Amino acid sequence: MATDHSERLRVFTRALANREESSDAAAGVAGKPHQTKIQVRDMSFYYGTSRALESINIDFPEHYITAIIGPSGCGKSTLLRTLNRMSDLVPHTRIEGQILLDGEDLTAPSVDVVDVRRRVGMVFQRPNPFPKSIYDNLVFGPRLLGMNDRAALDAIVERSLRGAALWDEVKDKLHTSGLALSGGQQQRLCIARAMAIEPEVILMDEPASALDPIATFKIEELMQSLRERYTIIIVTHNMQQAARVSDYTAFMSWQAVAALSYNAPSAERDGSSANVTKSQAGRIIEFGSTRQIFTTPKEKETEDYITGRFG
Amino acid sequence: MSVDSRVKFPSRALWYTQWARRFKHGDVFFRALTILASALVLLVTLAIGYELWQNSALPRAKFGLEFLTGIDWNPVTNVFGALPYIYGTLLTSFIAVLIAVPIGLGIAIFLAELAPDWLRQPLGFLVELLAAVPSVVYGLWALYVLVPTLIQPTAKLLNAQLSFLPIFEGPVYGPSRLAASLVLSIMILPTISSVSRDVFLAIPRAQREAALALGATQWETISQVLVPYGLSGILGAVILGLGRALGETIAVTMVIGNNPDLTASILHPGYTMASIIANEFSEATSDLYRQALIEIGLVLFIITLFLNLIARLLVWRVARRVPTEARV
Amino acid sequence: MTTGSFPQTRGANYRRRKFVNGVMLTLTGVATLLAVFPLVWIISYVVLEGGRFLSLDFFTQLPTPVGVPGGGVANAILGSAMVVGIACVIAMPISLVAAFYVTDHPNTPLGVAVRFGTDVLAGIPSIVMGIFAYTVVVLPQRHFSAFSGGFALAIIMTPIVLRTTEEMLKLVPRNLREGALALGAPEWKTSLQVLLPAALNGVVTGVMLGIARVAGEAAPMIFTAFGNPFFSTDPNQPIATLPHTIYVYAISPYKDWHDKAWTTALVLIAFVLGLNVLARVLTARQAHQWSGN
Repeated sequence: MATDHSERLRVFTRALANREESSDAAAGVAGKPHQTKIQVRDMSFYYGTSRALESINIDFPEHYITAIIGPSGCGKSTLLRTLNRMSDLVPHTRIEGQILLDGEDLTAPSVDVVDVRRRVGMVFQRPNPFPKSIYDNLVFGPRLLGMNDRAALDAIVERSLRGAALWDEVKDKLHTSGLALSGGQQQRLCIARAMAIEPEVILMDEPASALDPIATFKIEELMQSLRERYTIIIVTHNMQQAARVSDYTAFMSWQAVAALSYNAPSAERDGSSANVTKSQAGRIIEFGSTRQIFTTPKEKETEDYITGRFG
Repeated sequence: MSVDSRVKFPSRALWYTQWARRFKHGDVFFRALTILASALVLLVTLAIGYELWQNSALPRAKFGLEFLTGIDWNPVTNVFGALPYIYGTLLTSFIAVLIAVPIGLGIAIFLAELAPDWLRQPLGFLVELLAAVPSVVYGLWALYVLVPTLIQPTAKLLNAQLSFLPIFEGPVYGPSRLAASLVLSIMILPTISSVSRDVFLAIPRAQREAALALGATQWETISQVLVPYGLSGILGAVILGLGRALGETIAVTMVIGNNPDLTASILHPGYTMASIIANEFSEATSDLYRQALIEIGLVLFIITLFLNLIARLLVWRVARRVPTEARV
Repeated sequence: MTTGSFPQTRGANYRRRKFVNGVMLTLTGVATLLAVFPLVWIISYVVLEGGRFLSLDFFTQLPTPVGVPGGGVANAILGSAMVVGIACVIAMPISLVAAFYVTDHPNTPLGVAVRFGTDVLAGIPSIVMGIFAYTVVVLPQRHFSAFSGGFALAIIMTPIVLRTTEEMLKLVPRNLREGALALGAPEWKTSLQVLLPAALNGVVTGVMLGIARVAGEAAPMIFTAFGNPFFSTDPNQPIATLPHTIYVYAISPYKDWHDKAWTTALVLIAFVLGLNVLARVLTARQAHQWSGN
């Protein structure tokens, strides 16, 4: 076990080291000016009466890549989906607390989800291009916003595709179906599609989990070039990927929540304590720079997880 | 080599034993029975076409294709042309589809995308109950309730305001193509709405999420992503509805006025293929007369068969596309 | 971070988008109400109009001539029962057994052909089925009969029973059937003794929906069962049916026959819609049975 532990730590250290050599942009977490883009304050999320997320507090820094890791079922995706209110799509859900995008509360009743989603784009686990041409996939968002000028749309298409490192591969077949592309290309098309409406934040929900290693590598490479312009938050179940691509890492878990939530004030409102003990609300165990999380985790639980002792 | 034969020999013996055992237990008999029943279902479909073809030999020989273009239908002189009936059927069905498609699509969208869980089931059931009301009850209601209270005032209004259009030419009658079309549109509503609702429900969630995450409103998601995605299935639903309208008999016969002419006005009484069969079949005394009516049935059969084949293929195509995308 | 020229969500364009969204979503709700409206209209009218003359006599007496008050449609009720009964006897065994085949072998050429053929059969107009029954039963026999009517209805019924039963059999978990086969039960016994009881609700539902559909068919009755003003229990003789009786009464020029048409319609629609509601309850229970735990 001990050798396994140190072996894994070495792998992460190597992943971190490789990245810093290869990419200057990722060089210093401390080097760049540091501003908070999305601030989550005491946020809890409910499916019906059961709590899925428990008092989440986290600051996502602007123009950095933040990875959210943790065991499956800990609420990583749920947290991500609250950030652009895609969580609204499931009926009978409720957000408590605040999610501040540039200081503006996204959970306020007066906020329009359509506007939120324009500013906070999303890329999903499986590539989901529309069964339309590549071009039409890309101009879908801009057209909704009222852009109809052909030249402007053409420019957006080229810029987005270049941004997603897909331009050279598809520039001659913009009017063929997006579904004709390979899985990795489809996912980059989806990233380009999200970029086409110039969001401020891009959420990525395990964007490479359905792809082969080469396509995964391309997506990761792409993310490095995107952080210049966007704030990126990525959920991943692959810890090496988190170590490779992110500047900050949040570790989430639902274990040990039972004891903790037992005395929480909101638990008393739910009534039965037995219920609370069983509930598996996800919470953030530790948040810090990726280097720190993977090399010197403060929490025992984090260390157990990243060294594979978890569960 | 020797290994092979050693393996083969017992396996063949096993094969025999298995069949012997199956025979003993009655499996072969049961299997044969199920195949027979299935084949019978297919056979009936073919037999319908065969019988209609065989029993319309006389008019087919006498009139050939002129049967479809002739405008004269006269049992006394033994001249039979079906054009007015074909025209009436196509016109009323077309208008019915025109009315039913937007409403049926609206219902499908409401039931699949908008209705809260507790409302979805009961509302869907109510709409499907429209399909359960017998045709003759629709006819009765339309003839004595719908025509005097709704059709006649509407027809008068249309005629007064828009009589310069040939389709709204007077004089205005109660029983009319308009009345038939409206009743038909109600009758085919459940077909169109339930098939296209199923089409919407078959569209992957990821498509909705993709559009919404790009800042589309719910209506934009529906109209610009879901409808194009399910278009062939929706088209299938519409064609199925059209097929039902073409063959609908009793309700139409009761309200269309049964007047074979070729005017354009939807305010005039008309006639349909199904109606003339219903009205004249049991009185058709000569063989030619009866076979001419059967030939109309044949035309109806061929049209609906063709439409159903297309519609089913279209609907099946949407159902098949789902795994295609999930494969990625 | 957005570039200055890029369109924002806020502004006139966005107000228009929100407006369109609101209007169109509301319209879909209106469309649904528009569909429910005629249903309510028809049912309430039939109940109000038809209820006025409903009495016990209506179920037990023969029709009276024009102008003579009273009387009933006992012959048509009996006739409908007979014709639908004949249809069931013909259609049920065939469609049930075929449903087993289609469920077991959905992808064999025959399975695909039968499923497709069933769909096509369901789309053929009932009046064409009537002609078919006429050419294969009435013509050779040279007279109208209850049997020919039942035959026409059987063909209309087959695709409905087959498809509903198939849907319900498909809901029976595979492991139930594999469990029986693993215990050494032969295939046919598995089908009849395990599958059939397990899907019984579904089979009953299919039959009920089939009956509900054909019990209201008037068009093919015109030249098969033909109608008969008297009691008849002979399958070889013409016979009255409820939908055909409504048709004859409705298109007659007599006011008192119109009244009787409404009352007959009430009897028919109560039966047909009742069966549909019952079938719905059974379907819900069937789906619940396998999803519940």
